[in-house]
Amino acid sequence: MVEKTTNSMSESIAVKPKAEVNNLNFYYGSVQVLKNINLALASKRVTALIGPSGCGKTTLLRCFNRMHDLYPGNRYEGEIILDTDGINILSRRVDPIEVRMRISMVFQKPNPFPKSIYENVAYGLRVRNESRRNVIDEKVEKALRGAALWDEVKDRLKDQAYNLSGGQQQRLCIARSLATEPEIILFDEPTSAIDPIATMSIEELIEDLTQQVTILIVTHSMQQAARVSEFTAFMYMGEIVEFDDTKTIFTNPSKKQTEDYVKGKFG
Amino acid sequence: MSGDNLQEIRKLIARKNVWDRIFAAIGLLSMLVGIVTLLALIIDLCSDGLPRLSWQFLTSFPSYKPEQAGILSAWVGTTLVMLLTAIAAIPLGVAAAIYLEEYAQKNWIADLIEINVTNLAGVPSIIYGLLALGLFVYKLNLGESIMAAGLTLALLILPIVIVTTRESIRAIPNIIREAAYALGASKWQMIWDHVLPYSIGGIMTGVIVGLSRAIGETAPIITIGALTFIAFLPDSPIKNEFPYISFSWLMSPFTVMPIQMFNWVSSPEPEFQVNAAAAGIVLILMTLAMNSLAIYLRYRFRKNIKW
Repeated sequence: MVEKTTNSMSESIAVKPKAEVNNLNFYYGSVQVLKNINLALASKRVTALIGPSGCGKTTLLRCFNRMHDLYPGNRYEGEIILDTDGINILSRRVDPIEVRMRISMVFQKPNPFPKSIYENVAYGLRVRNESRRNVIDEKVEKALRGAALWDEVKDRLKDQAYNLSGGQQQRLCIARSLATEPEIILFDEPTSAIDPIATMSIEELIEDLTQQVTILIVTHSMQQAARVSEFTAFMYMGEIVEFDDTKTIFTNPSKKQTEDYVKGKFG
Repeated sequence: MSGDNLQEIRKLIARKNVWDRIFAAIGLLSMLVGIVTLLALIIDLCSDGLPRLSWQFLTSFPSYKPEQAGILSAWVGTTLVMLLTAIAAIPLGVAAAIYLEEYAQKNWIADLIEINVTNLAGVPSIIYGLLALGLFVYKLNLGESIMAAGLTLALLILPIVIVTTRESIRAIPNIIREAAYALGASKWQMIWDHVLPYSIGGIMTGVIVGLSRAIGETAPIITIGALTFIAFLPDSPIKNEFPYISFSWLMSPFTVMPIQMFNWVSSPEPEFQVNAAAAGIVLILMTLAMNSLAIYLRYRFRKNIKW
């Protein structure tokens, strides 16, 4: 289904790519879940993955930080090249921990640790053996400001993270993933478990984040993809059907299937 | 719906309600049987033993004169044996549970181990006593010591510690683990920073529930040859001169509360029966204190955790 058009599309992206997916296949045991994926993430831009449930968009997202390595029986083929230094993050020779230190992730449900707000944000730094108090203080503040949460929590950093509202918790998780200054942040349907107003603030936040970081977002909501992303890939049955400017995907898609999906005929 | 049909349905509902009430009554009765029996036992124990409880009783060694006898060596022995049991069972049980939950591959061998660990919890305690007699007392030459008793009871409660630890580890949602991994944590960092702190309440509860079982165990302790009459205390673990700590108490002979009780109960003089009841009250209080501690710890550690 994916023809060479996908490649030429990604080449047509004027912005320099941050990561390139080349002929990625992914298997859960003997079941092939991702088929011949080709994709380029534009540097400091938002790329959205859309498609019906079970199309493999989350699976693709979780290849970027090797989350699949945590469970037995998974297998990658092909490569994802990080353009910073040209490493293939799917390679067996690359430690998944290195990949996760460079590419962070925000999950579908807010999943703060049952620790203080401060400790949640500081955890990524602690994992990197950072123990200088002033450095951690500074980076925690910077990350919380970056996640537009600082003003709400600056007086209660020692409070439990679970005392925050759902939207605040998700912004805390964003702060947690920002604190270590990652090259790419992966968002896995970050607003599916929170209310519309909190969703709005998170979408605004995602747009702001493109000042500093490359973003790949999986979303159930086409409107959300249209609002926050600059490029969109439409996936169906484990393949990328079409990948282009978000505007093109939503107004003038070249594939019938894409058109049917964005018009709400299925999915 | 026709009138006839409605009548039918109402009759059916009325019949069901009767059954509900019957079952509620049966349930209440069964509960009362248990509670009343227990209460009667405790009241009987208290009426026999309470008058005998005194400071002298707690600070005296056993004696052939019932009014001079006390439980000093028994409660000191029980405390030391429990201490050793905890020291041996906690690291072994927790480490085994972490391995089974976080490291071991989920296959039929893991299932087999799981089933057998659960089965071990149901093995009669005398069997542990026999194993300990052969292994600790003779093979490892520990003799009839606090060390041998502590290790035996540790074996006995190991399955309880493993099962409860595994349960509280399993209760941690996977997205918490993934959150830690996604920040670049290694497996050990994830376990040390998250799995252990979040399951510590459950682990402590399991350990204390295990210890409350062990504190009343008599059979395995008798099997390994605890003394029934002992009029001295083990060597003190703290010394006045360097190196200040001594471990010779580990190899000391000992007795424990249930054995002391058993000894008194089997004596023909009725005054000794009173002593046994008083010792029973102390033993129940020790168990209750441990269980309250378990409840408190669970509350304390779960306060900030919502899953």
